[in-house]
Amino acid sequence: MSLLEITNVTKDFGGLEALHDVFMQINEGDIISLIGPNGAGKTTLFNCITGTMPPNSGSIKFQGAELVGLQPHEVARRGIARTFQHIRLFNRMTVLDNVLVGNDYKGRTGIFSGLFRPPRVGREERASKEKCRDVLSMFGERLLPRLNQYADMLSYANRRRLEIARALVSEPRLILLDEPTAGMNPHETQGIVDLIRWIRERGHTVVVIEHKMKVVMTVSDRIVVLDHGEKIAEGTPDQIATNKDVIEAYMGGRQRAQTQ
Amino acid sequence: MSNALRQILANLPYLAIIAIMAFLPLVISNQYYIQVLIFIGIYIILTLSLNLLNGYVGLLSIGHAAFYGIGAYASAKLAMEAGLPFPLAMLGAGAVAGVFGYLIAKPTLRLSGIYMTLATLGFNMIFFLILQNWMSFTNGPLGIMDIPAPSIFGYAIESRTQYYYLIFFLVLLTIVSMHRLMTCRFGRALVSIRENELAAEAMGVHTTRYKIQAFVLAAFYAGLAGSYYAHFVKFVSPDSFYIYESFILLAMLAFGGQGNLIGPVVGATVLVVIPEVFRFMQEYRMLVYGGILVIMMLVRRQGLLGGRNYSLRLPWFDDQQKAVYTRGDKFLPEEEVD
Amino acid sequence: MDFQILFEQFINGITQGSVYALLALGFTMIFGTLRMVTFAHGEVYMIGAYVGFEVIRLLHPSFFLALAVAMAATALLGVIIEILAFHFLRDAPHATSLLVTIGISILLVNLAQLIWGPETKALPYSLLDRMDYGEIEVGGIYISYLQMAVLGVTVLLMALLYILINKTKLGMVIRATAQDYEAAYAMGVGVNGIFMIAFAIGSMLGGVAGVLIGVYYNLFYPTMGGLYGLKAFSASVVGGLTSLPGAVVAGLIIGIVETFSVEFGASNFRHLFSFLFMILILLFRPGGLFGGRELIQARGD
Repeated sequence: MSLLEITNVTKDFGGLEALHDVFMQINEGDIISLIGPNGAGKTTLFNCITGTMPPNSGSIKFQGAELVGLQPHEVARRGIARTFQHIRLFNRMTVLDNVLVGNDYKGRTGIFSGLFRPPRVGREERASKEKCRDVLSMFGERLLPRLNQYADMLSYANRRRLEIARALVSEPRLILLDEPTAGMNPHETQGIVDLIRWIRERGHTVVVIEHKMKVVMTVSDRIVVLDHGEKIAEGTPDQIATNKDVIEAYMGGRQRAQTQ
Repeated sequence: MSNALRQILANLPYLAIIAIMAFLPLVISNQYYIQVLIFIGIYIILTLSLNLLNGYVGLLSIGHAAFYGIGAYASAKLAMEAGLPFPLAMLGAGAVAGVFGYLIAKPTLRLSGIYMTLATLGFNMIFFLILQNWMSFTNGPLGIMDIPAPSIFGYAIESRTQYYYLIFFLVLLTIVSMHRLMTCRFGRALVSIRENELAAEAMGVHTTRYKIQAFVLAAFYAGLAGSYYAHFVKFVSPDSFYIYESFILLAMLAFGGQGNLIGPVVGATVLVVIPEVFRFMQEYRMLVYGGILVIMMLVRRQGLLGGRNYSLRLPWFDDQQKAVYTRGDKFLPEEEVD
Repeated sequence: MDFQILFEQFINGITQGSVYALLALGFTMIFGTLRMVTFAHGEVYMIGAYVGFEVIRLLHPSFFLALAVAMAATALLGVIIEILAFHFLRDAPHATSLLVTIGISILLVNLAQLIWGPETKALPYSLLDRMDYGEIEVGGIYISYLQMAVLGVTVLLMALLYILINKTKLGMVIRATAQDYEAAYAMGVGVNGIFMIAFAIGSMLGGVAGVLIGVYYNLFYPTMGGLYGLKAFSASVVGGLTSLPGAVVAGLIIGIVETFSVEFGASNFRHLFSFLFMILILLFRPGGLFGGRELIQARGD
């Protein structure tokens, strides 16, 4: 069943065209990898989906409803969560607080209830904290013992994990992971691969931007390849591995551009 | 041990401080010292209110004295012309200040940071000019005199000591209410905006709405402080609410630190006491404030106690929670841990 | 409406406006290059005024000597401010630098109060008379030498600035740094030096404005920079924070509107116009008259 439909999306930055007429369809339960050389427009596409940087034209429909034109926080509330290429954690908040914020949009405590604390507030907090511990326990002893540490004190791999936990806690239907294994050793990378599969098993749909081909090939149902803002290929890992355009884009594309 | 008892014991240091401050006027007979303490109280509320914006949300508001002044003038007029009893006048003053906070915040917060900062400065300036020139409403540079002393349900506040207990109560109210707000979902949202606004938005935080709410709240508290000031000094004039007053608050936050509840208290206390202790420095007061701003930013920009949370809470009475993990780490084969 | 009065007020407005334009130019120069706001700009203007005051009083009642010395002094002051508030704080959040400029602004005002006293000072008329060669008559109204000097200096400086920025190598380097200081740095530009130069030039313009206004109205007081500084921001924002021509146009408009508002009875509220324009621009055309609909980002936003 179609979850996300990206049609004719174009995004330019005053002269530099980051995305041109991109079309993509993502079905529920898919694991899709989005790959392409640097600057191909992958993160820009994520930004268009989440409303951080709306496209100039085109449509992005999530469960049938149009996302373009919504504010990022409205997109998040529809059930789309993401992580960032250059890890965006709340550095001077604790590990627990970081994940709590991920779940907070579902809460209803505001200024007045925060001040007067009717019983509902306590219940909401406790339930939320339970959910957070649950999500963090996916990573075993890495983050749970560090609940009250500030996020900027964590190791690099733990920071990536925390960001993923923060995205997962609200049980989004669609999760966008932007280079989740960047900077990780093969060991840790394998952990993320298993994590992605586990996320799908729990009913989420995943789109991953990745550079590590081994990850892409092993974890994806389908791969979408972008180059210079255009989709140049889409298919199963086997199809993409043998696709001439893809190979050229990664290897010889520069020559092609120079001769034109 | 019951939970209530546990909480009381854990918070003993705070309770001790409160007790000391409560008994202070009984041992200090020097009225001048009591007055200094009262001004410390006023500035604690003011710096805490500005800290909401600059410390917790991470904005830069540099015209906060305008809300202080709005509260002062509003309270004076509500008490003198509308005949409102003091508690209502004070709440009304806070509300009026809050409304202006909203009017300023709504259009400017969607612009980027520096424009909002300039707007706060401009607003302070405009407010001052209006105070000075709208003779019919504000009495211009002459100000409003003979503001009535506070009277709470018939109990009149006249002596310095009585004023002290009133501001003491207001300071406690401020600190407790802010602590409650900052330790719930609302506070988390504010800090997440400060730490990484883009990520906060992506996590579903309606950043603009929270910023506006913080602004209104900050204006409200400042309005309360203004109201107290008006009924304490019994006289208000535009000069007390010029942009330098805002800059003094900035210096207090720069010195004591912002982003928690202790920094502003320390900053306000020290920067009120120092000019009083060094009376000969009175003319150089602003010089010191300016110097503090420059030096603190160059040497320790988070201020004395900024940058992290400090707590006097005693941890000995908390339940020792054993970490119980419901599942092992499924995502790494059995081997080393980070 | 009496044409003569209109024309006279127009001249007054242009005179006042050109000083606003100079102030705004200085501010835009600084913001355009560093992409940061300085809250001490009004105080630099004030220091320039006092320096001019002392030069005329103590050395020689020459308008142009006062200008020259004030320019040198405020340029130096500008470099000091750049070093304290920006050079050492390149890696800090931009709020830190802003707070330092606020602190410097406070320090300067209070230093001025200590040195010259808080009361308003004026040059003795004997000195002024020696500087003022009377007035000329144009179409029935009188334009004083002073007014012409103000206008003349302003036009000259704007022309010089234009030439510097657009026709010299240094100007090109400054423009490059203003557009993208990291790229300029990568190209071997001594970006730190360029920032100091931009600050020096911007402050110098403010200092000139100080001497001009100080002598024109013959009023010198330590807080004279406060209101004028804010009007400089406003004019700069109205013109477009990175547009030099915009600063000029906005300054002139504000000067003319203010002067005419006095004529039409709103004298006490004339100061509000600059803020009003700024608010209107921010609401409807945030990039300024010469900027456009897009807000101009400051560094760190």
